[in-house]
Amino acid sequence: MTREHITTTINGDPVEFLCDAEQTLLDVLRDELRLTGSKEGCASGDCGACSVTLDGRLVCACLVLAAEVEGHEVTTIEGMAVGDQLHPLQQKFLDHAALQCGVCTPGFLVAAKALLDRNSNPTETEVRFWLAGNLCRCTGYDKIVRAVLDTAAEMRG
Amino acid sequence: MRYEVPETKGEAVSLLAMAEGGGRVLAGGTDLLVQLRSGMVKPDVVVDIKKIVETREITAENGGFRVGAAVTGAELDEHKALKKLWPGVVEAVELIGSTQIQGRASMGGNLCNASPAADTVPALIAAGAQCHIAGPDGERTLPVEEFCTGPGVTNLQTGEFLVSFTLPSRPPHSGDAYLRFIPRTEMDIAVVGVGVSLSLDSNGICVAARVGLGAVAATALLVAEAADALIGTSVDEGAIENMISAIRSACRPIDDKRGTIVYRTQVSGVLAGRACRIALQRAEQS
Amino acid sequence: MAAVEKIFNDTITDRETQDKTLKWVGTRAPRPDGVDKVTGRAKFGADTYLPNMLYGKVLRSPHAHARIRSIDMSRALALPGVKAGVTRDDFPDYPAGAVQPAGEMVINYRDMTRNIMAREKALYEGHAVAAVAAVNERVARQALSLIEVDYEVLPHVIDVEEAMKPGAPLVREDLITEGVEPAPEEPSNIAKRVEFGHGDLDLGFSKADVIIERSFKTQPVHQGYIEPHACLASFSEDGQAELWCSTQGHYVARGHCAKLLQMDVSKLRVTCSEIGGGFGGKTVVYLEPLALALSRKACQPVKMVMTRDEVFRASGPTSGASMDVRIGATKDGRITAGEAVLKFQAGAFGGSPVPAAAQCAFAPYDLDNVKTIGFDVLCNRPKVAAYRAPGAPLGEYAVESVVDELAKTLEIDPLEFRLKNAAKEGSDSSYGPKFGPIGCVETLETAQNHDHYLSTLKPGQGRGVASGYWFNIGGQTSATLNLCEDGSVALVVGTPDIGGSRASLTMMAAESLGVELDKVRPLIGDTSALGYNMLTGGSRVTFAGGIAVHGAAEDMIKQLRERAAATWDVPIDDVEWHGGQAVAVNGYKDQEDPMGLLDIAKDMAKSGGPIVGRCSTNAQGAGPSFGCHIVDVDVDKETGKVSVARYTVIQDAGKAVHPSYVEGQYQGGAVQGIGWALNEEYIYDENGKVENAGFLDYRVPVCSDVPMIDTVIVEVPNPTHPYGVRGVGETPLVPPLAAISNAVENALDIRFTELPMSPPRVLAAIESVG
Repeated sequence: MTREHITTTINGDPVEFLCDAEQTLLDVLRDELRLTGSKEGCASGDCGACSVTLDGRLVCACLVLAAEVEGHEVTTIEGMAVGDQLHPLQQKFLDHAALQCGVCTPGFLVAAKALLDRNSNPTETEVRFWLAGNLCRCTGYDKIVRAVLDTAAEMRG
Repeated sequence: MRYEVPETKGEAVSLLAMAEGGGRVLAGGTDLLVQLRSGMVKPDVVVDIKKIVETREITAENGGFRVGAAVTGAELDEHKALKKLWPGVVEAVELIGSTQIQGRASMGGNLCNASPAADTVPALIAAGAQCHIAGPDGERTLPVEEFCTGPGVTNLQTGEFLVSFTLPSRPPHSGDAYLRFIPRTEMDIAVVGVGVSLSLDSNGICVAARVGLGAVAATALLVAEAADALIGTSVDEGAIENMISAIRSACRPIDDKRGTIVYRTQVSGVLAGRACRIALQRAEQS
Repeated sequence: MAAVEKIFNDTITDRETQDKTLKWVGTRAPRPDGVDKVTGRAKFGADTYLPNMLYGKVLRSPHAHARIRSIDMSRALALPGVKAGVTRDDFPDYPAGAVQPAGEMVINYRDMTRNIMAREKALYEGHAVAAVAAVNERVARQALSLIEVDYEVLPHVIDVEEAMKPGAPLVREDLITEGVEPAPEEPSNIAKRVEFGHGDLDLGFSKADVIIERSFKTQPVHQGYIEPHACLASFSEDGQAELWCSTQGHYVARGHCAKLLQMDVSKLRVTCSEIGGGFGGKTVVYLEPLALALSRKACQPVKMVMTRDEVFRASGPTSGASMDVRIGATKDGRITAGEAVLKFQAGAFGGSPVPAAAQCAFAPYDLDNVKTIGFDVLCNRPKVAAYRAPGAPLGEYAVESVVDELAKTLEIDPLEFRLKNAAKEGSDSSYGPKFGPIGCVETLETAQNHDHYLSTLKPGQGRGVASGYWFNIGGQTSATLNLCEDGSVALVVGTPDIGGSRASLTMMAAESLGVELDKVRPLIGDTSALGYNMLTGGSRVTFAGGIAVHGAAEDMIKQLRERAAATWDVPIDDVEWHGGQAVAVNGYKDQEDPMGLLDIAKDMAKSGGPIVGRCSTNAQGAGPSFGCHIVDVDVDKETGKVSVARYTVIQDAGKAVHPSYVEGQYQGGAVQGIGWALNEEYIYDENGKVENAGFLDYRVPVCSDVPMIDTVIVEVPNPTHPYGVRGVGETPLVPPLAAISNAVENALDIRFTELPMSPPRVLAAIESVG
C-alpha cells in the first residue's frame, strides 16, 4: 500500500508525515506524531474530545482525513500554552475547577478558545450552544461555562 | 483506498467515472468519515472536491445566490447577504451538528448523504433550490426535491457529482423558516423537520408558498397541499390549521429509535405551524 | 457584566463556614495534576505507546444469545502481521463458588472468566468471542473478519419481567435462585432474592389513612464516561508482566487479571493511567486480561482500546428495573408502612445492584414498618457494572415518587412531609443498622429555606423535590509520605484520581503535617509501590484515603519528633509537633530552636536514615450522605419536551475538603440524573441488538441542555474521620430521577411511572388525558 506524504503546519511548526488514505487526522496526531492531547471519545464527531482547529476553524480531528491537511494549518491543545505561560482559559479552568477527570478538557479548551477568538463577550447561552459538541460527563458543565465567561471578562479587561 | 484531490470538475468526473461506482465524494466528510470508520462504505477512491473552485464559492446570481456544494455551515453563517435573503435555509444548515461539525459540513454533503432526516433538505425544497450536477455527459440541473430517491440513494449517476446549488431571488414580502424537533437542544438527528417559504402581496395575501417536510418519509417531501392551504389566504390561524392538517396527511413515517409514527405525525403539524408563523413574520417585515 | 459578576460571587465567596483552625482543608487550592490536564500532557488509557507494540482487537458476538459450537482461528492466525490470537481455550474455568468481594460488587470468577471471553454461549450482543494481536489496527481488524465462529442462535430475553416469566429463555440453564427457602427445584433467570426491613407491614398499613401503590419501570442506561476502556500489556518471557490501564482500581484489576491468567499476583505490576471518567464502570476488567493473554503468546506489548460502539455494547451498563411500591400514611403525614418490590436486570451474570437499591430505597425515612424485596434477574445484556450509588437512584425514584404523591394527596408540603418522617441520629435504618450522626434533616431544612424553594414558578412550570441516600464505604487503603532531603514531601497513594483526589489527599497530608501545601507532591503509585488499595469507588477515596494520609502523617510526625528528641538529647515526650515544626516543651520549653522539616531532613542520614510515614488501614465508619434536590421544569405541551429551568443540589458532605470539587460532584451527578430522567436509554431491536450504541442516539445531556446547577454543601461532620469527611460522589445521582418526575407531575398534573420521560412518552401521556 502506498502511503500519502503530507506536508503541513502543526502548532506553528512545519511537519511532514506519511499516512494511509484511511487514516484520520486524529489517528495521525496520536499514533504517528504522539500528540495525544487530542482524545478519541467516539470517532464519530459526537463528543468533541478531539477538537482541533484547521486553518482557524474548529473541527473534530476524527472527521478529517489526515491527507486533507496538506498545506493547511492545524492547532491542537499542545499549541495552546506559550512557553510556560498558560493561556488564560487554561488558567481559568484550573481556578474554577472546571475539570474532574480531565479527558474532555483539551477539547473544551480548544473549542472555547475558538469561541473567544471570534466573540470576546459571549452570553451564557452562546457559550453553552458553542460548546454543545463537547461532551463532559463529570462536571455537569456548570464550572466549565463559568470558566469560559470569566476568561472572556478578564481578557476584555 | 486512494485519496485524490482534483482541481477541476472534469478531473473529478473522470476519477469518479473510472472508479465505476467505487468512488466516494468527500466534501466536509462529516458523514463519509463515520461511514468509512464503521465499514459501512469501502470505496476504492475518495475524491476530495474542495479544491474545485465552484464547490467552495458563494456568488450572487440573478438576484439570488449560487452556493458551492462544499461551502461549510460556518461559512454560510458568516455570509450576511445570503442569510438575509434565505434565513430559513441558513438556519437549517446551522442546525447540522455541533460547532465542530459546522466547520466542515456542507449543504451538498447533507443532500448527497440522502438521509430522510437531513436538516437542510426541507428548507432547500421550500426555497425552490436547484442542484447543479457535473457528469460525464456534461452538466444538468435538478430541483432539490427530485435529488434523493430513497434513504441513502440519490439521482446521481456514475461519474456525476453535485457542484452547487442555486437559491433563487425572491419578491418583496417573502420569508422562510425551518424548524426541527430533537429530544436534546443540540447534537441529535431530526425527528421531524419542516421548512416553510412564502410570499405575500402588498395586501398581505399569500401569493406563493412552498413547504418541505423531512424525517417523515423515505425522502424529504414537497407538500403541495400544505402550500395550497396558505396560498390565497392572509395566513390566518384558520389557514395555518388547514396547512397543519395537510402536513399531517402527507406524513408517511416509520417507528424507529428516534420517534414513533404517531409522534412524528403529531409533531410535524406542530412544527409546521410554528415555522409558518416565523416565515409569515419575516415576510411581513421584509 | 452584572450577570457575570453574580455568577462568580457564587464561586469565589466561600459559603461554607471556614474552620479557622484549618489551613488547607476547606480551601479551593490548585489541583496538583491540573496543569497536565489543561495542556494535554496527562496520559490517559490510550496515550501510552511502547516499542514493538502490537494492536489487539476483539471479535464480538453479533447475537444476543447463541451457543458457540466452534471457533476456527486458523485463517486469522495465518494472515501476515497477526502475532497471536486467544479464545475461551486460553482462559481457565472456575467453579461457581469462586467469589470475592470487590468494592460495591461481589466478584464471581466463574462468571468473570465467561464475561471477558464467552465460553459455552455468547450471552449478549457484543460478548467477546475471540481476540487477536497484529502489527497494526488495520491488520487486526482484517484478522477478525477471518475468524470463523459457528453459532447456534438461541431465543433471547432482555426485559426483566419477561425474563422472570416461566418458560423464558434461560440465560444459564442450571441457575437455581439463591435466597429462597426451600430452594426452587427448577432453574430460572432469577439469580437471587433479597429482603430487608423491620416491623409489621399489615399492622402499619392498617393504621394508614391513605395508601398509595404504584408500579414503575425504567430503561437500562450506561455510565457514559468519555474515555473508552484502554490498556497496554507487556508480558515478558520470564512470566512477569506489566499492565497500564484506565481503571478505578489497579490493585483490583491486578487481582482479577492474575486470577484469570493463573499467575502470581506479585508478578503482575499494574500502573493506572489517568482515567477519563468511570462512575463505577471501570471497576471491572474487560480488555486487560485479553491484552495480557495476547502479549503472553506474542511476547510483545499489546495495546487494546475499545471503540465507542464496543463501550456501549460490551461494557458496564446498569440495570433497567420494574418496581412496585406501596406506602401508607396517616392524615397528619406520618408514614405508617412502606413496602417495595424491586426487580433488576443483572445482565448475563448475577450481581445487579438490587441489594443496595433495596437497602437505600426507604433510607431517608424513620419507619416502624418497612420491607423491601429485591430480585436479581439474568437477561441477555452485558453484566451490569457499578454506576454511581449502584441501584439507589432506581429504588429512590420509585419511593420518592410515591412519597410525593402522598404529600400531595394529604395536602402537605413535600419537604414538610419528608421532615415529619426523616431519618435522624438513632433512627433504625430501613435495612438494619442504627444511624449515627447524619444530615438528612439538615438537608431538608436547608432546602425549605433555600431561595430556589421560596421562589415563584413561572406559568406552566413545575417544581419537584426528592431526597437521596448512599451508604459510602471505606476499605483497604495505604499511603506513604516520603521525606525528601530538602524537606519537601512525596505522597504516594494507590487510588486512581478520578476527579480531584490528588488535591484533597494532598491538602489533608499538608494539614496533618502542618506544612505548606506546595511542599507535598502526590503520586499515584503502581501496584508495586504500596500495600493494597481498594478501588476508587463507593465515594471512599477522600474518606479512607484521608484516614490513611492522616495516619501516614502521624507516623511521620512520630519519627520527626524522635529525630528532634535525639538531636536535642531530650525525652521524646518533651517534643511536640506544632505548625510543621518539632518544638521542645515541658522542661525544655524555649531551650531549643524548633526544627522544621528541612532541618530534620538535611540531617536524616546522621539521625537514623530515611524518614517514611506509612499507613495501611482497613478504614471503617464511612459516614452516609443524604441529599435533597430541588428542580424546576418547563414542558412544551405540544411536543412533550421537558427542559430543566433551575436546579439546586443540597447535600451533606461531612466536611468539604475541597469545596469546588465537592460542588463538582453535586453538579455532575445532577446532570447525569437529568439525562437518566429525560433521554438516556438503551434501545434494543427485536433480535436483542442495541440500536443506539453511540453518543448520537444515546443522548447524554449536552452543555446547552442544562442550566447552572446551584449547590449547597451541608456539613454534619463524620466523627470517625479526622476531618469529618463523608463520601460525596454518589449521593448526587440518587435524587434527580424522582425530583424531575415530581416536577413534571407538578407542571402537568400527570404522574409518570416510566423512565426516561422522553418527548414521545410525555406527549402520549398529555394527549391521553386530553
